[in-house]
Amino acid sequence: MTTNARTRTLIEESVLPPLVALVVALVAGDLLIMAYGQSPGVVWRTLLEGTWGNSYGFGQVLYKATTLTCTGLAVAVGLRAGLFNIGAEGQLAAGGFGAGLAGLLLPGGTPAVIAIPVCVFAAVAAGGAVGSVPGILRARFGAHEVIVTIMLNFIVLALLNYLVSAKLHVPETLHTPEIHAGAVPRLSAAFAAFHGSAANWTIVIVLLAAALLWWFLFRTRAGYELRAVGLQPAAAEYAGIRGGRVWFNALVTSGALAGLGGINFVLGYKHYYEDGFTGGAGFLGIAVALIGRNNPVGVVFAALFFATLSQGGLAINAMVPKQIVEVLQGIVIIAVAAAVPEVRRLLRQSVSKRKPA
Amino acid sequence: MRKLSVFIGALLAVHVALLFVHPAGAAVPTVRDGLDIGVVFDLGGRGDKSFNDGAYIGAERAAKQLGARIRYVEPGEGSDREAGLRLLAAEGMKLVIGVGFIFTDDLTALAQEYPGVAFAGVDFAVTVGADGNPEPPPNNLAALKFREEQGSFLVGAIAALVGNSKKVGFVGGMDSPLIHKFEAGYRAGVKEVCPECEVLVQYAGVTPDAFRNPGRGKELALSQYQQGVNVIYHASGSTGLGVFEAARTMNKLAIGVDADQYHEAPGHVLTSMVKRVDNAVFDAILRVKEHRFAGGIYNFGLAEDGVGYVYDEHNRALIPDDVRARVEALKAEIIAGRIAVPSSR
Repeated sequence: MTTNARTRTLIEESVLPPLVALVVALVAGDLLIMAYGQSPGVVWRTLLEGTWGNSYGFGQVLYKATTLTCTGLAVAVGLRAGLFNIGAEGQLAAGGFGAGLAGLLLPGGTPAVIAIPVCVFAAVAAGGAVGSVPGILRARFGAHEVIVTIMLNFIVLALLNYLVSAKLHVPETLHTPEIHAGAVPRLSAAFAAFHGSAANWTIVIVLLAAALLWWFLFRTRAGYELRAVGLQPAAAEYAGIRGGRVWFNALVTSGALAGLGGINFVLGYKHYYEDGFTGGAGFLGIAVALIGRNNPVGVVFAALFFATLSQGGLAINAMVPKQIVEVLQGIVIIAVAAAVPEVRRLLRQSVSKRKPA
Repeated sequence: MRKLSVFIGALLAVHVALLFVHPAGAAVPTVRDGLDIGVVFDLGGRGDKSFNDGAYIGAERAAKQLGARIRYVEPGEGSDREAGLRLLAAEGMKLVIGVGFIFTDDLTALAQEYPGVAFAGVDFAVTVGADGNPEPPPNNLAALKFREEQGSFLVGAIAALVGNSKKVGFVGGMDSPLIHKFEAGYRAGVKEVCPECEVLVQYAGVTPDAFRNPGRGKELALSQYQQGVNVIYHASGSTGLGVFEAARTMNKLAIGVDADQYHEAPGHVLTSMVKRVDNAVFDAILRVKEHRFAGGIYNFGLAEDGVGYVYDEHNRALIPDDVRARVEALKAEIIAGRIAVPSSR
């Protein structure tokens, strides 16, 4: 196989599965919409108009994609190391709480150049701290990270719920008082067209994190070690890589990335921590990582896709129930999961057919 | 490779063909000129058999009787609440309703941003200013509040009169001021007709999870029934399902909350303290239609038919006529202002 052919196969392998999934989901969506007595053409157009078709909708897509990118990156970095982190939901909440707490503790007039980094650091540290628990348990005792991260979700969410509802909340609400410092400006402050949407400059921080992660995974030695352990732990160990340390680092990084997502809501949107703000974004991160093929660039696009579905669901809610969008998400995920091995098999066939010639 | 391309191409062709399907009766985006009303549900959404469904029933009634055109939005996550309200306000709805106290902040902000649109919040949490007086909401925002304590008072009286025991029970969800309102009214109602009666009060917890813990509800109810209680009133969301379960097991009685919960345990539901979210929503839409909508705090109590108790063909056999007469007399007293029901303990 020439280098050229290999690049082509690589592109086909990474682009075709999502494409297959997309057309399957579109047709399934058509059928669902018709089953509900509506016109697919009108519903899809409304969905696009409500998301990419106007600046407010687009802003909302960006806002939602920001959080999903973080949780998607969190899951992706875990999977690259061969670890399945299902704890992004709790880590995201912890990150948001950390940012909110830091913003509350800082005195009123703290300049943004100090306050924002402090709050961002608090979010990352809180998420990373939650991630370190399965990290230690995995590295030291070999405890399975799936079990630990799932269970840790309950513990973290219950603890935060207690802290907010018993100690910190504003009466008759489920949220803390507003932070004193560390607010990230909205995009609408610079671009008036985004008026009303929750999109804020957090997105730049998150894109930077995605770029950094890409560089780390594919351009540094530690990233190479992480991927090596993920592909074949025994071989990596034999090559002199210490698997336990890599696992620990991967889970802490994963938690930190999920925690970073918390600043989008807390510093960028509401300026307070609200119980339950995560709304499943942590779990959706698993799907984002899957569709994004555990590649930071892919994750960003997958996050945009799921954010579009989520915001579009609101736009078409007048015509069809929102559950249709949830079903579509499920179909996309199943289709990608099924399409990846299937696409690879079909491509192999065509390659081996090509070879003898 | 060819197989794959054919597959993708075929599906795309099917998709494009389906785009042109227009089933009869499909919704066509309408021109906004009539009585257009937007309703944003809480995350629980429709089908909760309580609150959100109550708002839905009220809006549907307005659609039938007042010719209102209703658009519903079911948010999927926290930021969708504001997005939903904003979507509807921007479309030029005459009235936008947020169902649940959680909409309080978003409604206040949007009412200021869209002064030409009327807003209403079910269970809107009115903030209390530094001087101790409630701060009025913006003048295009109606806070729809309920006097749950008045309805609870009446079911307290029923519990004591029917219970045939010196002990009556109360199971609350989250130990919080909102539920204390139910407890205080209930306690006052019990004492009104039976001063020597004892009210056993227990809460399922101190977090919102206490509203969805049927196991705990059953546990608390069983222990109360075993202590000689014959009737338990629950104000605990789905935790109450456990209370009904206990009533069925012990062959005792329970009182439902928010909506008519007779069907949760037929024969064991004495009555339900109903919160007429439907009436409040319908009333708000009616005001808009008759051009007399005004912002402010609206309290829905017994007088406004905003709260009440269920008395129909299902539970008539459980409530004797003299009890019914006594409770109706109490209701008249409260409406006339001769009995003041406490709203906190």
